[in-house]
Amino acid sequence: MTDAPLPDLGARQATSTSGYESGSNLPSHIGEPIVKVEGIHKYFGQNHVLRGVDLEVRQREAVMVIGRSGSGKTTLLRCINFLEEPTVGSIEVDGVRVDADPLHARDRRHREQIRQIRMRAGMLFQDFNLFPHMSVLANCIEAPTHVLGHSVEHATKRAEYYLEVVGLAEKRDEYPARLSGGQKQRVAIARALCMEPKVLLFDEPTSALDPELIGEVLVVMEDLAHSGTTMIVVTHEMHFAQEAADRVVFMENGVIVEQGPPEQVLNDPRHEETTHFLRRFLDR
Amino acid sequence: MATASTTGDARPILDQIATTDRRRRISWRLWFSATWVALVGSLLFALWITGNIQLDFIAEWSPFILQGTTTTIILSVVSMVLATILALIGAVSRLSSNPVINGAASLYVSLVRGTPLLIQIFFIFFALPQLGIVLPALPAGIIALGFNYGAYMTEIFRAGIQAVAPGQREAAEALGMPERLVMRRVVLPQAVRIVIPAIGNDFVAMIKDSALVSTIAVQELLWRARSAGTQEFRTLEALLIAALAYWVLTIIFSFFQERLERRMARGDR
Repeated sequence: MTDAPLPDLGARQATSTSGYESGSNLPSHIGEPIVKVEGIHKYFGQNHVLRGVDLEVRQREAVMVIGRSGSGKTTLLRCINFLEEPTVGSIEVDGVRVDADPLHARDRRHREQIRQIRMRAGMLFQDFNLFPHMSVLANCIEAPTHVLGHSVEHATKRAEYYLEVVGLAEKRDEYPARLSGGQKQRVAIARALCMEPKVLLFDEPTSALDPELIGEVLVVMEDLAHSGTTMIVVTHEMHFAQEAADRVVFMENGVIVEQGPPEQVLNDPRHEETTHFLRRFLDR
Repeated sequence: MATASTTGDARPILDQIATTDRRRRISWRLWFSATWVALVGSLLFALWITGNIQLDFIAEWSPFILQGTTTTIILSVVSMVLATILALIGAVSRLSSNPVINGAASLYVSLVRGTPLLIQIFFIFFALPQLGIVLPALPAGIIALGFNYGAYMTEIFRAGIQAVAPGQREAAEALGMPERLVMRRVVLPQAVRIVIPAIGNDFVAMIKDSALVSTIAVQELLWRARSAGTQEFRTLEALLIAALAYWVLTIIFSFFQERLERRMARGDR
């Protein structure tokens, strides 16, 4: 299925949901669409933060979202697992589709659907948000045992595996406060992986880290990307995007301005805004 | 003499510093304790030289009065347990988006905090019988104290829950945990750590406020002191004994509270 022909996206190229040019083939490892964001608008009060965003992410695809602060990229990510309730539009993750319904956002059925999406989409935060009162291992097995209903032994075995993946197996009994920022974020990644989500959402995962700790987190993320983990990453690490992204999405003023393979968007952008952003960004 | 900085051994100096530090700490503590002993001692001495203190009365009635300690402890502990349960329910309700639940909890807090504890005690013991509800003195006292402190502690717990970083809740929700589980497994355990010092203070206050139920004839410390004192016309000695007992109780409790706080802080750092 990996080289199925793409639908013709023709004139809407700049805002096309897949970001690949019509007629071109997808990279061979990319699979079927797993995340569909359709027509998302988000208002904070009168502030129109997202102004109609469509985005489709396929299995095993690594999508990096860039743009200046205030462009709506973090809000977009948080809308995908409904940490922010979109005002208009719909989200689909792994076949679970939820329409924005701010009028009935607190209804039980709506909440349960959102929970189903959240179980399928792991989220990583800028400031890690490990549970400080639990050991590393307890952090990792909390949701699998209490949400998925796995036995402690089973969950522990898997947690040990994923801690090994992020290179922190020996820290399983430590408390988060005894870890460095980079280690905390890697534990957070392991914790998210323990739910075996269909997609990982990274919200500026290295922004709160000391410069010398950023690398260890990016290495783990790059490994995940190359081993076929579907991920959407909001980041300011252009070099990382260049290396690990299948697709780069540039956002400005609440819309997707341009998207495509990293070498194209980052090195040969088609839109003036993108050029402008990248130049200012690289100048700093 | 070579500069000891690079190759020389600086250890002797370190040992000397450690010894001096230890000596200073010990001497500080000695002076600190001596101040207490001297002040309390001179106060008691001043009382004694007035010639109005009857040691015989103290020797004879101390056992009777101090027996009230058990009742005071039971009263305080059981009331505190009741208050904690009410406060947990109250705090979660005060944060509920349901207007009925939130309204009921906020009425509870407002009503209880807006009326004197003594009236609440009288109400439960003297007024409720008029409605056919007759409670023995001790349960009435426990209910009154527990109800009263539950209202104050509701606000403490609510503040504690709100003090838990919002990211904690988000992280738990993002893992697919349903609301109740987020509260029970992630928010409350952290909130409890935050409020432990405040709850400890409330417990000390509770030990002392339990004296108020002497007014409904619960035979705790103050009730016994009053009855022994009036009977023998030795109110001064009787009250001194009771006051000392309360004081010792709170000192002992504060000691354990400090240790608990230190232990809970350790897991976090």
